[in-house]
Amino acid sequence: MSGHSTYQPQNGFMKWLERRLPIAGLIHSSFVAYPTPRNLNYWWTFGGILSFMLGVQIVTGIVLAMHYTPEATMAFNSVETIMRDVNYGWLLRYLHSNGASMFFIAVYIHMFRGMYYGSYKEPREVLWILGVILYLLMMATGFLGYTLPWGQMSYWGATVITNFFSAFPVIGDPLVTFLWGGYAVGNPTLNRFFSLHYLLPFVIAGVVVLHVWALHVVGQNNPTGIEPKSEKDTVPFTPYATVKDSFLMAVFCIVFAWFVFYVPNYLGHADNYIPANPAVTPQHIVPEWYYLPFYAILRAIPNKLLGVCALFGSIGILAFLPWLDTSRVRSGRYRPLFKQFFWLFVACCLGLGWLGAKPPEGVYVIAARILTLYYFGYFIVVLPLLGIFEKTKPLPHSISESVLAGDVPLGASAPPPRHG
Amino acid sequence: MKQMLLVFSAVLALAASSAFAQQEHEHETPQPPRLKWSFAGPFGKYDQAQLQRGFKVYKEVCSNCHSLNMVSFRNLADAGGPGFSMAQAEAVAAEYKVKDGPNDQGEMFERPGRLADHFPPPFPNDQAARSANGGALPPDMSVLAKARTYERGFPWFLFDIFTQYQEQGPDYIVAILKGYAEKPKDMVMPAGMNFNTFFPGHAIGMPAPLSDNQVQFDDGTPGTIDQAGKDAAAFLTWAAEPHLVARKRLGLQVMIFLIVLSGLLYFTKKKVWHDVHAHPELLGGQATKEPKLTRS
Repeated sequence: MSGHSTYQPQNGFMKWLERRLPIAGLIHSSFVAYPTPRNLNYWWTFGGILSFMLGVQIVTGIVLAMHYTPEATMAFNSVETIMRDVNYGWLLRYLHSNGASMFFIAVYIHMFRGMYYGSYKEPREVLWILGVILYLLMMATGFLGYTLPWGQMSYWGATVITNFFSAFPVIGDPLVTFLWGGYAVGNPTLNRFFSLHYLLPFVIAGVVVLHVWALHVVGQNNPTGIEPKSEKDTVPFTPYATVKDSFLMAVFCIVFAWFVFYVPNYLGHADNYIPANPAVTPQHIVPEWYYLPFYAILRAIPNKLLGVCALFGSIGILAFLPWLDTSRVRSGRYRPLFKQFFWLFVACCLGLGWLGAKPPEGVYVIAARILTLYYFGYFIVVLPLLGIFEKTKPLPHSISESVLAGDVPLGASAPPPRHG
Repeated sequence: MKQMLLVFSAVLALAASSAFAQQEHEHETPQPPRLKWSFAGPFGKYDQAQLQRGFKVYKEVCSNCHSLNMVSFRNLADAGGPGFSMAQAEAVAAEYKVKDGPNDQGEMFERPGRLADHFPPPFPNDQAARSANGGALPPDMSVLAKARTYERGFPWFLFDIFTQYQEQGPDYIVAILKGYAEKPKDMVMPAGMNFNTFFPGHAIGMPAPLSDNQVQFDDGTPGTIDQAGKDAAAFLTWAAEPHLVARKRLGLQVMIFLIVLSGLLYFTKKKVWHDVHAHPELLGGQATKEPKLTRS
């Protein structure tokens, strides 16, 4: 995917294969010889972690689907059968349910990293937009999956979220009936949600291929935000990035395992252990934690249609980020003011997340409105204006200059002659 | 600009603090007291004697109204559970009448329970259960200990990740069992409802189920409300999470493996990157090929 391949087939069979299907060469140029900036920090390991989590979710999901029954009267019990009677079923299910959360933790870190270091800027706009599409697909998959255990939160969460579409004039109600396959969330809804929940991860995998392809065309951004200028600025993907990614992936797995083995129900909702009951509405209907900021935005706006528009807008606006940020400097490292607004934005998202879990009343609504204002203000006002008014710090001339300045005392000795 | 940020943060802090103040106001239902459980924490295990006592409470008290649909008699003899022998579990099963059929004549019939049977429900259907309980439906108890919780509030809910506090369910169940009290004079109680300090809204359909010495434990433990309530909650936790012991045991092994793996990968990474870090002026890609030639 990056330039011509330097791959040399080692044995007869590989030579034979390479002349017919240069797949080994493709893998070699993409994941072995591929040059990565030498100054990438650990925030850059989350792309690899995300691919790993997608794999975990697909593998555990396929096995779970062998034991799960997508039928309204049997779904809840079939999940409990998995938990009780299927060999290591409890492990599969806790891996899958907590895996979804880990997937989102990783994607949020990955996105905030991109936003801090300006990874969406020219020439990485398409790469970024593919990422936004991946994020949307993940949200859809997560939502569909949460419906499957058919507990109270599954049922009522599905009811509330599909009802968003009823806000649209004229087409709203027929659209919701179409989505439900009936006049309320019921067995047809569960069936199609299961089908789509099985489908979308493979769509995600396909878009991931595009995402990685686009990445390998434009190359990775790096903490300085300046492009590698010479071979001095990069190291080959293998072993450097491979071993670094593997290390952080193992650390990430420790966190993952902590949740799976010690607090497996922490990220879930107790009400989802009550079988779905259309006649009883839970006191507070709360979506999963990773939707909470958007849920808070929805409820901050008193008009339903406008609320739904704000909800979709809050995600959709991400796609326009490359053009909303007018700064010529990519990395937040050299943007003192941006840095402060950025961290406020992170705090704002966390605050919205907390408010999303609170009942929409009194001071919570006021706080959610202030934060919603900042959320959109960050994209529509702060970023466009900062690019014009901010006085940025001087950029280093190259990645290796920045590394040299930071890592070793300068002038200790003259650079030795280069070999090769 | 800086001032603007300061003002903005101040507004945020204000909003947050008033949110907390309001939240405290809302807490009319007290939080259940946090109890010590043998199955809490990374090395937690069920206490077999406690589960056996809890099973007795379930059998003699709870099961009059509450079903336990997802638990089989054979589970009583499963590893990590109450530790009954297969013969004991079989004897327990045989005490129950289970509906089976149809037989060769096309008729349903009753037979003694077998290991493979699930605990039979006390009522044939939800309507019968409601009608016998003044309109309230006693919930199935199979996953009750995971289906009940209480709000921990900020910042405690964050600490719970690290302290591994997952026992909100049993704590809540014990609080409910012990929480019956005289209703305040000014409270209007709907007919047939009972006052419970810890139940949200305080009006609970279930009358106080336990009284002191109602259950006589075989191991000589006094059958106080306190003891019976705690044992019943422990039994329900096992019923809801029968593989907890296996999960935590495997968890420890996985943790040790991952920590060792992370350590090895860390040092591998350090070794691989050593030349790039030690000699950043060198061409990254070339640094490892001829590491010895770097300084002379």
